[in-house]
Amino acid sequence: METREREFLEYVQSGGQVETDDWMPDEYRARLRKFIEMHGNSELMGVLPEREWILRAPTLQRKLALTAKVQDEVGHAQLIYRVVEDLGKPREECLDDLISGKSKFHNVFHYPTKTWGDVGVIAWLVDAAAIISQKALLKCSYAPYARIMKKICWEESFHILHGRDVILTLMNGTDDQRELVQEAVTRWWGPLMQFHGNPIPGEEDPMLVWRIKSQGNDEARQQFLDGYVPQIWELGLTVPDPELRKDEETGRWHYTEPDWDELKHVVTGHGPKTEERLDLRRKARENSAWIRRVMLAEAA
Amino acid sequence: MQERAQLLLEIADDELILGWRDSEWTGIAPFLEEDVAFSSIAQNEIGHARALYELAARELGTTADELAFDRAPEEYRCARLVELRLPGWEHTIARHFLYEEADAARLEQLKASDDAELAGLAAKIDREEVYHRMHAQMWFDRLENEPRFIAALDELRPLVGIRDGHTPELTELWEEMTMVRRSQPAGTTW
Amino acid sequence: MIYEVFRQERKGQAFQHAGSVEAPDEPFAEWYAREQFGRRGESEALWVVARDAILPIEDFVDELNRNYHRVDGYPLKEKLKEARARAGTAAPRDR
Repeated sequence: METREREFLEYVQSGGQVETDDWMPDEYRARLRKFIEMHGNSELMGVLPEREWILRAPTLQRKLALTAKVQDEVGHAQLIYRVVEDLGKPREECLDDLISGKSKFHNVFHYPTKTWGDVGVIAWLVDAAAIISQKALLKCSYAPYARIMKKICWEESFHILHGRDVILTLMNGTDDQRELVQEAVTRWWGPLMQFHGNPIPGEEDPMLVWRIKSQGNDEARQQFLDGYVPQIWELGLTVPDPELRKDEETGRWHYTEPDWDELKHVVTGHGPKTEERLDLRRKARENSAWIRRVMLAEAA
Repeated sequence: MQERAQLLLEIADDELILGWRDSEWTGIAPFLEEDVAFSSIAQNEIGHARALYELAARELGTTADELAFDRAPEEYRCARLVELRLPGWEHTIARHFLYEEADAARLEQLKASDDAELAGLAAKIDREEVYHRMHAQMWFDRLENEPRFIAALDELRPLVGIRDGHTPELTELWEEMTMVRRSQPAGTTW
Repeated sequence: MIYEVFRQERKGQAFQHAGSVEAPDEPFAEWYAREQFGRRGESEALWVVARDAILPIEDFVDELNRNYHRVDGYPLKEKLKEARARAGTAAPRDR
């Protein structure tokens, strides 16, 4: 490693942050941009599973809360893609790569949402898993990203409240409503356990080395289990993993090893809903290209 | 049904169905900043509907949610203009512009009403609608020379104020809107 | 065009950079900024300005070590100790 690079590494590892126009090693810039771009893609794609339920929300309050939640996610995508753009990759190029499958988005957004139970479980558990990852970005060595994470985390906390409210209402309702929740928890458990990614030793995780993230995959998953399994069990719900338990001595959760092949298969564009959702994006984009030309003077 | 409740339902249904249609753009609007902005407009419309339903609900001895969801499609009093599913942005903005124009006149009348409650609510709603009208005008100014937009305005203008029955599109929308709610007995909490 | 947005969280506080929006002109920039940074009532006020209108300054010259601008240009500790000794009012830890 060159001296300048080594100095940069020492600087970020001791908590230093950099701004857009500061010098960065090429490897840092490339990994950083790819990571942030994937986050933007995930927010944008995360909108689609929930959109359907905006139209089916069963009360006016739920309708407003869910629309506001999805709106937040679009807003997050806007904030994130602006950061990527300032790092040198225009938004339209990001969207091109997303739609063509060249760039990726998180596993959970490749799966179908089948019932109103999913709406609750996504806001309660999937968003919880996401917020753990996002909190680990609040001290990102790249300051513009760290700054938008503050707003993103603040807004996500409303989503979790909404999710919890939906779930508790269902659990206090009819047998059918309780069954909606249980069925959704059972179905989402696999993707949830895969969400934080396969365990990578700290020194081998470039995201940690460059202080882009402050937490490794395994740690994030443990934090998720610690926070949310008790919440699941206290409602009388079950999780489809007979191995799941906390070792009281070590404080670590034991579980059946998640299916890392499934994770890889899904994020490389082979999830149950991947093609359909990318197709929706492609069509929406094509139909509105002329609007962007008129409004943003872009060769869309 | 009393005249006042009928009037309230007419406006509430307009705002509800228009808001529902406008909310369909959340996530797929032409660009991200506009996506966020237009979603707020949709939410405001639903918020207006809710406030109007609440007034009507007190008179009719029911709740806002029951009025919004539990009537049959034929019982809605919304205008044909708001029912249409308009997948082209130029049509959505044309409708937005035409609706806001007509609604402004309606709100002026209501603000002058002897009915203090209704006048008060109309004034509150109007203070939000000021922003909607601004937004519609901004888009109009940008698109007024675009053939697609001109065509959309021409197509939709004749529908303003037409309240002579519903299209199958309303029934389709109603079915989707109410499918979760109808899956459990009336009175179930969601 | 890119517009930078600065927000004030509470009255009396400084405006801080919150992010940026892409918009065709000022009216749209205003609309988008208001929605992106204020829809949840989280801001007392916003300032929106075209990125092109901002003049960044990052080079500051101090070749001749102008320590009179800094705290280390005023070494008081030793002088105070001496002055107290002369007046016979030395603080306990000075003795």
